[in-house]
This record gives sequence, structure tokens and C-alpha cells, in this order.
Amino acid sequence: MRFALVVQGAPFSGASFSAYHFANAVITTGHELYRVFFYQDGVYSGNALSVPPQDEWDIQLKWEQLHLRHDVELIVCIASSLRRGLLDSTEAERYDKPAHNLGSAFEISGLGQLIDASLNSDRVITFGPC
Amino acid sequence: MKRILFVQSKAPHGGLQGQEGLDAVLMGSAFAECTVLLLDDGIFQVLSGQDTGALGTKDYAVTYRALSDYGVDRIYCSRDHLEARGLSTGDLLVKVDPLSDDEVKALMAHHDVILNF
Repeated sequence: MRFALVVQGAPFSGASFSAYHFANAVITTGHELYRVFFYQDGVYSGNALSVPPQDEWDIQLKWEQLHLRHDVELIVCIASSLRRGLLDSTEAERYDKPAHNLGSAFEISGLGQLIDASLNSDRVITFGPC
Repeated sequence: MKRILFVQSKAPHGGLQGQEGLDAVLMGSAFAECTVLLLDDGIFQVLSGQDTGALGTKDYAVTYRALSDYGVDRIYCSRDHLEARGLSTGDLLVKVDPLSDDEVKALMAHHDVILNF
């Protein structure tokens, strides 16, 4: 079965953690993970500048590792991201901002990717906000 | 064409949940048959007479009026949730059809995808 995940909750709300575990379960049980779409406060999961304490999970790193291992598509919504100060190098240049902070495993794209995922997956599972 | 049900369940202006949910409806309308269901405090999103001037947040409620231009003609709410808030459909700035719990259940079953905001 083909799954799409929508992560709406902030990284430490529990939504991103639950989505990460679900994503792993989808893959390890032989299903297809079509896309993970980060929307609203969910986009903060792509912030490469977050530094959680050493005895806590670095959820941004976990998503990156999942992407590297399984080539999972991790999309952050462009409107949600720009509003919250989450930029890749292209957007930082476009808006003349001094830095960019989107993790390399993540890709900025539009809401069309959410609708596309909804239309082309057998199941759409939303996580958060809590 | 696939059918997407967008559920709005948060009051406006305390966060971006409703506003960004509505953005998703507009995008969805280009590709799918979209319906909006207002539950819980989500009903307040279409309350008439909102004035966000002093608050500084965007008065996005007017966008609900434009939904029909995007082909989104059906907006529903839970009758129980509407009445629990002391409201009637006359208090709302767009045409909203109240549904019983069983009708809400049937509406959800009728759609291929449910996106909850």
C-alpha cells in the first residue's frame, strides 16, 4: 500500500516523532512511502540549526538519515517555511536574507505536493498539531 | 475525480491553523472535488462581523466567500457544535449546511481523503 504522511505539528510536539516512527514502520513492513509533506509548524522539523540536548533525539537528523537510507521524499511547504524563517539557499538569495537553514535532505515546494500526495496515495496520515 | 474533505476545527486568529488550512483548500480545488467541514471551534472561522484590525492578524474569513469561485460549493458544519456555541447559520458569512452526527459520518465515508486542520 502507498502511504503519504502530513506532518503539521512542531518537532517536539510529538507529531514529528510519531510521524518518523510511522514512516519507519511503513518501510519496514514493505509498504511504499510516497512522500512526507511538512506543513504549518511541521516545517520546523527541517531546521538544520536546531541543537537539542545530547540526551534527546535530534528529529531533524533522524529525518535526514531516513532520507539517506530509503530515499524518502521530504517536502516542506514553501509558504509555511518562508513565513517561519526556514529557507534554503535559493530562497535566502531571492529574499536577500543573510543565511539559510533548511536541512539538505529536505526540499522546499508548494502545496500542490500535498494535494498530489493526497490524490496518488492509498492512505494519507496526518500528524499533529497536538 | 477524487474527493477531498477539509476539516477545520480550530478557532481563527489564535494561530495559523485555519488560515493555512484554507490555503490548502484553495490549492486542492484546482485538482480535486473539495468539501469543507467545520467542526468544534472551527465554526468560528466563518462567523460574520469579524474585525481583525486591532489584532493585526489577517482577516482571511472573506476568503470563504470566494470559495464558490474556486468550485468549492459545499460547506458543512456539525449542527451540535453550532448550537453548542449559541450560533445559528444566520450568524455565518457563507452558506453552511448543518449536519447531524450520522450525516457527518456519511460525509466522511463519501470522501477519498480527509485532511484535518
